[in-house]
Amino acid sequence: MSGFWNAYIWLLTLGTLGGCLWLLQAMTTKRKQPGPVEDTTGHSWDGDLEEFNNPLPRWWLTLFWITGIFMIVYLVIYPGLGNFAGVMGWNQVSQYEAERAAAEERYGDVFAAFAARPVAELATDPDALRVGRNLFLNNCAGCHGSDGGGARGYPNLTDGAWLYGGSPETIVQTITYGRNGVMPALGAALGEGGIDEVIAYLRALPRLQAAAPAGTASTAQTLTAPETAGQQKFQTFCIACHGMDAHGNQALGAPNLTDNDWLHGRTDADIRSVILDGRANHMPAHEELLTPDRIHVLAAYVLSLAAEGGS
Amino acid sequence: MDTARTYNDVVVRQFAVMTVVWGVVGMLVGVIIAAQLMFPELNFDLPWTTYSRLRPLHTNAVIFAFGGSALFAASYYVVQRTCHVPLYAPTLASFTFWGWNVVIVLAAITLPLGYTQGKEYAELAWPIDVLIAAVWIAYGVVFFGTMAKRRVKHIYVANWFFASYIITIAVLHIVNSLAIPVTLGLSYPIYAGIVDAMVQWWYGHNAVGFFLTAGFLGIMYYFVPKQAGRPVYSYRLSVVHFWALISTYMWAGPHHLHYTSLPDWAQSIGMVFSLVLFAPSWGGMINGIMTMSGAWDKLRTDPVLKFLIVSLSFYGMSTFEGPMMSIKTVNALSHYTDWTIGHVHSGALGWVAMVTFGCIYGLLPRAYGRPGMYSQRAIELHFWLATLGIVLYVASMWIAGVMQGLMWRAVNDDGTLTYTFIESLKATYPYYAVRLVGGLMFLAGAVIMAWNTWKTVATSERVAQPVLDPA
Repeated sequence: MSGFWNAYIWLLTLGTLGGCLWLLQAMTTKRKQPGPVEDTTGHSWDGDLEEFNNPLPRWWLTLFWITGIFMIVYLVIYPGLGNFAGVMGWNQVSQYEAERAAAEERYGDVFAAFAARPVAELATDPDALRVGRNLFLNNCAGCHGSDGGGARGYPNLTDGAWLYGGSPETIVQTITYGRNGVMPALGAALGEGGIDEVIAYLRALPRLQAAAPAGTASTAQTLTAPETAGQQKFQTFCIACHGMDAHGNQALGAPNLTDNDWLHGRTDADIRSVILDGRANHMPAHEELLTPDRIHVLAAYVLSLAAEGGS
Repeated sequence: MDTARTYNDVVVRQFAVMTVVWGVVGMLVGVIIAAQLMFPELNFDLPWTTYSRLRPLHTNAVIFAFGGSALFAASYYVVQRTCHVPLYAPTLASFTFWGWNVVIVLAAITLPLGYTQGKEYAELAWPIDVLIAAVWIAYGVVFFGTMAKRRVKHIYVANWFFASYIITIAVLHIVNSLAIPVTLGLSYPIYAGIVDAMVQWWYGHNAVGFFLTAGFLGIMYYFVPKQAGRPVYSYRLSVVHFWALISTYMWAGPHHLHYTSLPDWAQSIGMVFSLVLFAPSWGGMINGIMTMSGAWDKLRTDPVLKFLIVSLSFYGMSTFEGPMMSIKTVNALSHYTDWTIGHVHSGALGWVAMVTFGCIYGLLPRAYGRPGMYSQRAIELHFWLATLGIVLYVASMWIAGVMQGLMWRAVNDDGTLTYTFIESLKATYPYYAVRLVGGLMFLAGAVIMAWNTWKTVATSERVAQPVLDPA
């Protein structure tokens, strides 16, 4: 801060304390006689309101001076008086860094031992899973749920349906750097009727897949008129991300639309809202919050959730 | 009767009765949100009754509607009697009553509808802020006008406290509420980021310091000596603690922002001044309790004195606790836990509400020209319900807060956190239940007071009281 503000802070801080202590000193009297004063100040209000003028209680005076002296000592040791950093050189950022370093010193070996083993192996190791579960409950459960079951807009981690892929490396990457899932708003491009047709087509997908595995014979004759119209629109607006067969694209985080697993809700109204307005979903990056070794253990726990849910 | 020869108690009576009414309303909303923390279904899935909208309604109702009405009533009552003149500008005084109550009604409508500036204890939308400023300036004109035409040379100590509270609240309210309006319900503050947070807590903590402390000390300085029939213990002590209190309170705000992006120097200064504030705060308690000393026998017969002595005890406890909680090491444990809620209510219920009850029980019959309240036994019952209610409330929140703080920092052998936030919430449920019981008892006491007030007012003849000549 500038010299002016520095001086301003010094002056006001010490001036306020100095003023208080000066007043305290000015009002402190030599104790003349023991016991309470019996004479009032001579002022009187509202008939019967008067004032004694007893001396300031000694213990209270002492208390006041102790806090004043504490304040001066504290401001010599710690930052407080403007630009003066305090003789200890303490600040809250260095305290945070020191505490993190101390924690790393103390607990680092536990995680280093886990990190030396592959994620897939840790996913069946009860010790690693116990630690991983603690990390999950305090870092992930807020969105994904304490059982990993997710919620609307927050992916279920137990169903084996991966937006970005379920390999150990991909999970580590997702946790470390986070993800930004974007579905553009297509309401204007499709129009009201168009959205209904696309939804009709999406609803027909499981039926089509059961009848003819993707990529084989033509399916045109099994579709109704609106479904056919929806298919045409799908092939214009949706396949770039969700693919020709609507199986999605993990490189983009585009969901599979054929597995009856709906991240943003399963009713027609839910799906309509996603198409109309689009979605911008965000998984925060954890590289600043968790060390790579901890993310390694956490990824193993996430992997174990899917294995449990899938079985 | 010639109005120049009698005190203007019309506005005093109006504010005194509304103190009781708004007290019941504000505490009822408090009980509802305490119940919602245990049973979230009680928000009935309606936007208007969610915790987030009712909580500011509760704080605004108890602080500004209940506490504010008590301060208006008491300051108008006290300033006339200690200056030996009727109120200056009675029409303006009447405007403050109607204006303040319009503010409260507007708050009760706009807060549940979701209009908020998002500033704690300063949520109201900007047009209401403008009305508050107008009422407050009128209040200042009435109060200082009355002081200016006083017939005694010396200004009684209660009036110093009322004066400092009126001036400071005007400054705090106007500076903190500076905003650029967009629509009637929307505005943006002129401050950004950490500056906004610092202005907010400069306002927030001084609202505690000047509205809830200095103002109510003014009440204490009149009603304790009056009710005890004893002179104030020490004029000298009142001088020192008054100036030290108002000068150091101004600095204490940053302790609400420990370990945030607020610069270290500001955090430190906030903390050390909060500690220096300890002795000046206790000066008021010493002066109150020592004034009663010598009249302890009256505690047996005068329930008003009981309220006053308990309020001073809670004042002492919370002004000891506050400086302790401002120490960074303690704050690292207590911050964001229910300990803060316990601390606030030890001050709000124990000090502010109890001194208000004592004041209203003393003031109301006098302002209506009666020897006493309709029922002394109802006051006794109110006293015990309120006192036990506070103890349950504060003790449960202390335990809950310390428990939460310890659970949040507990770590396993591998350095991972032992408990999740949800586990700490589950562990808090029994304490939420005890708090709810305490709150219900406190509310029950206020309802009894409302009945007693109703009976007192209904059976009184509203006798105007003659202005006393100075001794």
